[in-house]
Amino acid sequence: MARREAVRLAVVGAIGLALLVGLPIALDLFTLLQVTLYAIMAILALSLAFIWGFGGILCFGHSAFFGLGAYAYAVAVINLGESTAPLLIAMALPAALAAGLGYFMFYGRISEVYVGVITLTVALIFYNCVNSTAGPEYHIGAALLGGFNGIPNVPSINLPFMPDATLDPEDMYYLSMGAVIALYFGLTALLATRFGRVLVAIRENESRVEFLGYDARLHKLVAFAIGGALAGLAGCLFVSWGNYVSPTVFSVVQSAQIIIWIMVGGPGTLLGPIVGAAALSWLTAEIGTQQTINANMVLGAILLVFVLLVPKGIAPMIGERVGPWLTRRRAAGPAARLAAHEERA
Amino acid sequence: MSAAAPLIETRGLSMHFGGVQAVREVDFSVAENELRCLIGPNGAGKSTFFKMLTGQLRPTRGEVRFRGTVTSGLHPHEIARLGIGIKMQVPSVFDGLSVRENLWISARRRNPRRAAGRVVERQIERLALGGFAERLVGHLAHGQRQWVELGVVLSTDPTLILLDEPAAGMTEDETVRTAELIQEINRSHALIVVEHDMHFIRMIARRVTVFDRGAILTEGDVEQVFRDPMVRDIYLGKQVAA
Repeated sequence: MARREAVRLAVVGAIGLALLVGLPIALDLFTLLQVTLYAIMAILALSLAFIWGFGGILCFGHSAFFGLGAYAYAVAVINLGESTAPLLIAMALPAALAAGLGYFMFYGRISEVYVGVITLTVALIFYNCVNSTAGPEYHIGAALLGGFNGIPNVPSINLPFMPDATLDPEDMYYLSMGAVIALYFGLTALLATRFGRVLVAIRENESRVEFLGYDARLHKLVAFAIGGALAGLAGCLFVSWGNYVSPTVFSVVQSAQIIIWIMVGGPGTLLGPIVGAAALSWLTAEIGTQQTINANMVLGAILLVFVLLVPKGIAPMIGERVGPWLTRRRAAGPAARLAAHEERA
Repeated sequence: MSAAAPLIETRGLSMHFGGVQAVREVDFSVAENELRCLIGPNGAGKSTFFKMLTGQLRPTRGEVRFRGTVTSGLHPHEIARLGIGIKMQVPSVFDGLSVRENLWISARRRNPRRAAGRVVERQIERLALGGFAERLVGHLAHGQRQWVELGVVLSTDPTLILLDEPAAGMTEDETVRTAELIQEINRSHALIVVEHDMHFIRMIARRVTVFDRGAILTEGDVEQVFRDPMVRDIYLGKQVAA
């Protein structure tokens, strides 16, 4: 099993590295810009995949953290004129919001369904509040919030403490894609620690975890805050990528999309949500180039097909087919085949 | 004996659900390294009593003390950390994880990484789980899952182990083996066992506490309790006579 895990990590690492280095050479700038967006959405997907797929916390309003990160970055970078601190604020603020919400939800023993409802409501509150900030009286320092028009001309991320060295689109690609790869390996490592294993155990059976003497509430709180911080990072990169933010970052559609990416890619995996986010973002963009079919309808249909036919998602399905083949021993006797069969069962 | 230095004791422990008095004024104590069985008919309050010991329920009145520390009102994970392990009637395990992972999560609570690995190996050997250590617990048979849960409980090395109907749903062979295991575990741990199966009680018990209508009816040596006409006729009926 350890061997199979090592092979998997090596393959993912190689593919990731090849994409990181190869795509800027192979693609034109416009396509690279699109791929950068897919990478940012993959980070967003990873942030929810971590707390939902592994921690079992279903957050229906994950866009609250994404949007807060986006607006926090925009407001901070406009006021400070330099992106080092804003980038950290864009992660710290959503993490603090998640920790605060998590404290009331998990320590208050609120049931799973209500956690979903509460997070959804929080996202809606943000959406409506920010949406109604049109007019010159709504500003934070030098940053005009702009209501439904959003904030234009937000400066991109620059090299740390060098406000003049802003990243060009190609640098943004390296940053975003590099972040996806780093997060994949970082979260894999985190999930292998005691904290990570206990988190998965909480998903499986929370009361058993407590009977063993672990504080499930604290584990969920920390996981939720990490998820919030990563969603904030995605929000920050998103604004830096487009130099623009509007209240749609808080929208219910945005929240629902993240859930669909993960369901299609494979909840309970890290690779699945990355693939799901990239593939479906690409598909949505492609559909957007024509007028006949509505993108949301196609997304809905895809979700239906996956829930009914591929409930485990793309990544586990491919893993089940390719995994045993990759690690097949030279003389695979009946015992090894039986073991592989049982692992699949 | 048990009055001198009880491991766990309850004083005036009561639980009311609305107007229903599920447990009434129970004074109960178990000594270090004792093996105690709780029996009684359905609805006698055994499960409610059990849940107050583990912190799943907060008593309406009275208190639970574990080695002198008041545990009533503490959170389940805090009670677990004092050294109380619990095995539920329906196996409470991590179905989506392998047997080895189940044990590891338990062993890792008090042990560093390497030591936890050794604890896991020891439990796999002790409970003969080696044949299916890499399989998902959710795919195992009921009896196997019961033993996995026992292994999970033992891996935290608790001072006191609470077992809720450990032989429920087991075959005759599995029951005998479980009885042997409980005897073996009792060499190093105190146990409180809730059980319905009189045959099983006979195999393991020394002292028995009989619950009825939320209170302790009688308490004593297993043979003496089973001879008690009141226990025999009214609560245990034909099972013991047979």
